[in-house]
Parts: sequence; C-alpha cells; structure tokens
Amino acid sequence: MQDLLYFSQQLINGLTIGSAYALIAIGYTMVYGIIGMINFAHGEIYMIGAYTALIAITGLTALGLAWLPLILIVALLCAMIVSSSMGWAVERVAYRPVRGRHRLIPLISAIGMSIFLQNYVHLAQGSRNVGFPALIEGGFNFSADGAFEMSLSYMQITIFITTLICMTALSLFISRSRTGRACRAVSQDLGMASLLGIDTNRIISATFVIGAALAAVAGLLLGMYYGSVDPLFGFIAGLKAFTAAVLGGIGSIPGAMLGGLILGVSESMTSGYLSGEYKDVVSFGLLILILLFKPTGLLGKPEVEKI
Amino acid sequence: MAAKNYRHALFCAIVTLIISFPILGFNLEAKGISVTLTGAETSTVIAVVLAAVAVFVFQAYRDSFTGLLGKLPRLNPLAGREPMEQAKKAKLESWILTGIVVLALFWPFVVSRGSVDLATLVLIYIMLALGLNVVVGLAGLLDLGYVAFYAVGAYTFALLSQYTGISFWMALPIGALLAALFGLMLGFPVLRLRGDYLAIVTLGFGEIIRILLNNWTTLTGGPNGIGGIPEPTLFGMEFGRRVKEEGNTSFHETFGIAYSGEHKVIFLYLIALVLAVITALIIRRFMRMPVGRAWEALREDEIAARSLGLSRTAVKLSAFTIGAFFAGFAGTVFASKQGFISPESFVFLESAIILAIVVLGGMGSQLGVILAAIAVTILPELAREFSEYRMLIFGAAMVLMMIWRPQGLLPMRRIHIKLNRQE
Repeated sequence: MQDLLYFSQQLINGLTIGSAYALIAIGYTMVYGIIGMINFAHGEIYMIGAYTALIAITGLTALGLAWLPLILIVALLCAMIVSSSMGWAVERVAYRPVRGRHRLIPLISAIGMSIFLQNYVHLAQGSRNVGFPALIEGGFNFSADGAFEMSLSYMQITIFITTLICMTALSLFISRSRTGRACRAVSQDLGMASLLGIDTNRIISATFVIGAALAAVAGLLLGMYYGSVDPLFGFIAGLKAFTAAVLGGIGSIPGAMLGGLILGVSESMTSGYLSGEYKDVVSFGLLILILLFKPTGLLGKPEVEKI
Repeated sequence: MAAKNYRHALFCAIVTLIISFPILGFNLEAKGISVTLTGAETSTVIAVVLAAVAVFVFQAYRDSFTGLLGKLPRLNPLAGREPMEQAKKAKLESWILTGIVVLALFWPFVVSRGSVDLATLVLIYIMLALGLNVVVGLAGLLDLGYVAFYAVGAYTFALLSQYTGISFWMALPIGALLAALFGLMLGFPVLRLRGDYLAIVTLGFGEIIRILLNNWTTLTGGPNGIGGIPEPTLFGMEFGRRVKEEGNTSFHETFGIAYSGEHKVIFLYLIALVLAVITALIIRRFMRMPVGRAWEALREDEIAARSLGLSRTAVKLSAFTIGAFFAGFAGTVFASKQGFISPESFVFLESAIILAIVVLGGMGSQLGVILAAIAVTILPELAREFSEYRMLIFGAAMVLMMIWRPQGLLPMRRIHIKLNRQE
C-alpha cells in the first residue's frame, strides 16, 4: 500500500509537469510542422510569459485586488498577450528573412534570438530568481496507515484542468475553424496552399502566436508550481518540451501532448526512485535514444527524402 | 496602399510597446519572501516610447527606405573577379596570418601581465574556434555541445594530475585523444541524423556531460571543481618560486636570473601560441587533403557527394573527431592556465560563444575565425562598462549575421570559376 501510494504520488507529479511540458511542446511541434525549423527561442518566450504573469500578479495585488480568480485571469491574459506579441515579433524579425535558406541558418538565427531574449530579461529584471507567490494553496491528502502521505494539491488540479481546456480549445480550433483548416493545409504542402490562395505568411505568424500563447499559459502555471522564476528558467524547460515534441513525433499535435506526459512521468519516476539530480540526464538521454532509433517519434509520419 | 502601410506600422509600434513595456517598465524586487514591483526610471519609459515611434516611422516609410538602400553602391568588391586574383587573395591571407604570428611572438615581452593573460585566453578560443570550424564551417554539421569535448580535455588533465601526478606534456596528447574518442563515440550513432536533429542531440550530450561533472561528486568534486592543477614545465624546469616536484629544477635558478611571476604567464602564452599555430597548420593541411575536400563536398551537396562514392559516415565522423580532438587540446591548456576548473566553465553559453565566433568570422575561413576570436574576446574587455551587454549584442549579432551575411565577415574562398548555364 505504501509503495503504491508513493508510486501514485510520482505519477501525479509527473503528469502535472508533463502536461505543462505538453503546452510548451505544442509551440515547437506546430512551427516545425509548418516551416520545418526548430524555434530555439520558444523556451525564452515561455520564460517571458512567466515574468509577465508575475509582474501582473504583483501589480494587481499591490493595487489592492483580492479576488483570486480575477487576478489569475488578468495575469494569464497579460502573459498571453505579451508572449504572443513576442512570438509574432521574433518570427517577423529573426525567422522570416531567413526562411527557405539552408536548414542551419534559421537555427543559428534562433539560437541568437534565444541568447538575446535571455539577456534582455536578465538586464531588465536582474539575474537572481524572483519568488512567485503561491496563490493556490492546499489540496487533498490521502494516507494509508500513517507514514507516507500522498497529496494532490489544488495547484496540480489547476494545471490539469487548464491544460485540458487549452488542449481542447486548440483541437477544436485546428479541426473546426477556417484558420485551423488553413494551418493544416499549409503544414501539408506550403507551396500548394499558397497557390490555392491561402496567405501563408499570415498562417505562419498565427502558428507562432498560438504557440507563444500556450507557452505563456505554461509559464504562469509552472512559475506558480515551482515558486520562482529566473532568466534561465526557459532554457531547460524549452529543451524538455522539445524532447517531448520529438518523442511524440514532431509535427503532430496529439504527439506533443503524449510526449509531454511520457516525459514528465519518466522524469518524476527518475527523481522518485533514483536521484533528482539525474532527471535531466534521463530526459536528454531519452531524446538521444528516440532520435537514434525512431526519429519520427511515436505518432509522427515518416519523412520521405525527395531528391 | 498608404493606408495599409500606416495600419501595419501602427500595429508594429503597438507590438513593440507590448513586448518592451511590461518587461522594461517594471522592476521586480525580491524583499525577503515577498516581491515588490517598482516602476522603472522615466528615461527607460521614454526610450521604450521612442523605440515604438521609431518602429512606426520605419514601417510607415519602409518603401522609401528600401528604395534608398537599393541606390547605395553594392558593397561587394569581390564579385566578378578573375580566379587569378582570388589566388593572390589566398596568398595575401597566408601572409597576414604569418604576420600575426610573428607579431604575437614578440608581443608579450612589451605589454603588461594582465594583457598576456588575456591573450592566452584569446589563443585558447582560437584553438576552440578553429576546431569547431572544421565541424560547422567545413563539414556543415551544427555541433551545439562542442564544449563537452573541451570539458573532457580539461577534466582529463585535472583528474590525471590529481590521481597520478601526470605532467602537462603527458596530459596534452591524452586529453586530446580522449576527447577525440568521445567525439568518435558520440558521432558514430548520431551522424546519420539530419542537420537540426544533430544540433539538438549534441546539445543534449553537452548538457549530460555537464550534469555528470556536476553530480559525480566523488570523482570530479562536483560544483566545487578541481584545483591545484600543475603548470607546464620546460624540460623539467618549473616556473614557480620554489620547486614543487622532486627532480625538477626551477627556471630562474637554472638561468641565474631573478624570479619573476611574469615568466610563468609568458611561458603559458607561448605554449598556447605554439599550439594554436600547430592547430591552424594541421587544419590547413586537412583542408587541402582529399578528406578536407570531401567535407566540403558533403556539406554542399550530400546526394551528389554520395553518388560519387564518398562514405557519408566516414567523412562526417572524421570531421567530428578532429574537431573534438582540438577541443581536448584547448581544454588541457585551459586547465593548466586556470589551475582550477569546475563545471561552471563548460555551460551551453560557452558553446554558443564559440559558435558565434565561427559564424561571425565566416564559416570555413581560418583568418576570419581567428580575427573573430580576437574581437569577441577582447572587445568586452576594452568596453568594460558595456560588458553586461556583451551577450545581448552577441545574440543580436548572430541574428543579424544570418539575415545579412550568413557567409560571415570574411567568408572562405575557394578558387573556382563559375560556369554560366547556356540557354
């Protein structure tokens, strides 16, 4: 019983982190699906989302607003707006001019953008980590015969529910709306979609905006969950989310969700049963192994190399 | 048309405000456990507004700006030159390189100790950049975990000296070979991956090495690092005031001159200089050997190169291994120069800096990479008040280079004649 509780605790922790990873991974996978580049600066956009949310929360609390849901919703909206503007601007400034060149050129440009954004926040907000107030406290505790208690906090529930809402909204948007249909068309064949009268530049911008908005949601949620943010906050999370996207099959949206959950669970199992320090080794090792043995991921389509 | 321009310009200006105002306009300050928010100084706010106005003006009159730019004379004097002249250029390049080396030989005897120390660091970066240049510039493999091989070289020396008391000269080949072995081991499975996947895998590998160094406390000392790494000796002569090891003599006593701390610094500098020159010469030879041509052929057109019978794995692996070898070389020198190493020195940013040097200098070009290494290491020292903006400028420079001059400041030139298609 004790072991089972411990195991389910790790499972819950893993699913929490994993669903947030999935939110970030969507940004990678959608961009890769459409223009075939790794948006290396995506982790920084997530970090900026977390910072904006923190600024909004602190500001609203200082103004004397006390109703929690309102604070959270306003902070979420602020974070989403700032992050999506950032996503739009980054695509416009750093990626559009190099689109269609050799594969490595957009990637190097993206790395430069990532360094730039990291230092932009570093210079503006300092390099020290800033505490994120725990707004959602408490939770359910389950215990069997005393010793180990399994807890499911309200924060974790919030993360699950928010992720679920975002994913549902995204799926509906992609499958039902006109823009979503255009997105799918562009990801299948960019040239053909453009011939058929789809404004591909607008759709590509839209992908960046959607990805950035979801990353901002993850930024708020994980910032609150971890309790602090710093300018390097996005780097590792971005790599993890990229791993999740590759694991699920890059280019596939359900794949990103699945990959995020698997990655989150395997990470928390490592820290639960082996050692917390090696959890990053496990996720990067996992990334290397997937790329070696199944580069298309779990749900990805095989890529045919055309000559 | 005009109305649309203004609408777009207004949109861009608003986006500029949105992305800069919240982050720049408010400062989060941690006081104890609580966080307070203060508004930034008025000057920052004014700067943000001015930036938005500038974006608006630029976007609104974008067409006239680009028109003006188009009228400027083209800044490309090399276009359309005869191949003979390019051969002369190549000769000029090797003369410039020789000149730099001769200058560098005499230079440490006239300047201060601090600048010699800095110059040693520059030379280490030159070695690293020349090594990465083989991987990224010549073979076209984006390696984002290059610093891992640097760490292997440095830690090999540190650990061997700690446990077996090995000297610098013994550790130099061992460190480099071990780094090359790591390169071979990593390269063998991953080189069949496509370019951008390869980049991410090498990045993951670099992080794994760093995390291992950080957490394997019993062997590597973890975040505390390893200290007391010995300095190089000159035929058994030590450069310290007192001889540390049995059987060695000290430099100043042998030659009967007064002890000076500068001897050690200059000696290290000269070693680094010799090694950097060796690195440059070896790589130069490689570039002219069949394997060097094969690297470039594979970079330019993989399918064509393979159909001409080049083995993709062997060629890529050789580039990867040679790059790793020189990183190990540089790592050993670095460990010896610092006397102390910790995982802090081998973070991803270091890889990014070396990559930035290669990109700025011009992928594949040795002279360009050397000049870029000098510039990137020295400029922040010269402009100390701007040193905190160094990485910001780096990032921006990488983006701008990719947009305007992806071939780098001094791109590599091969002697070639372009055949025009006959219609």
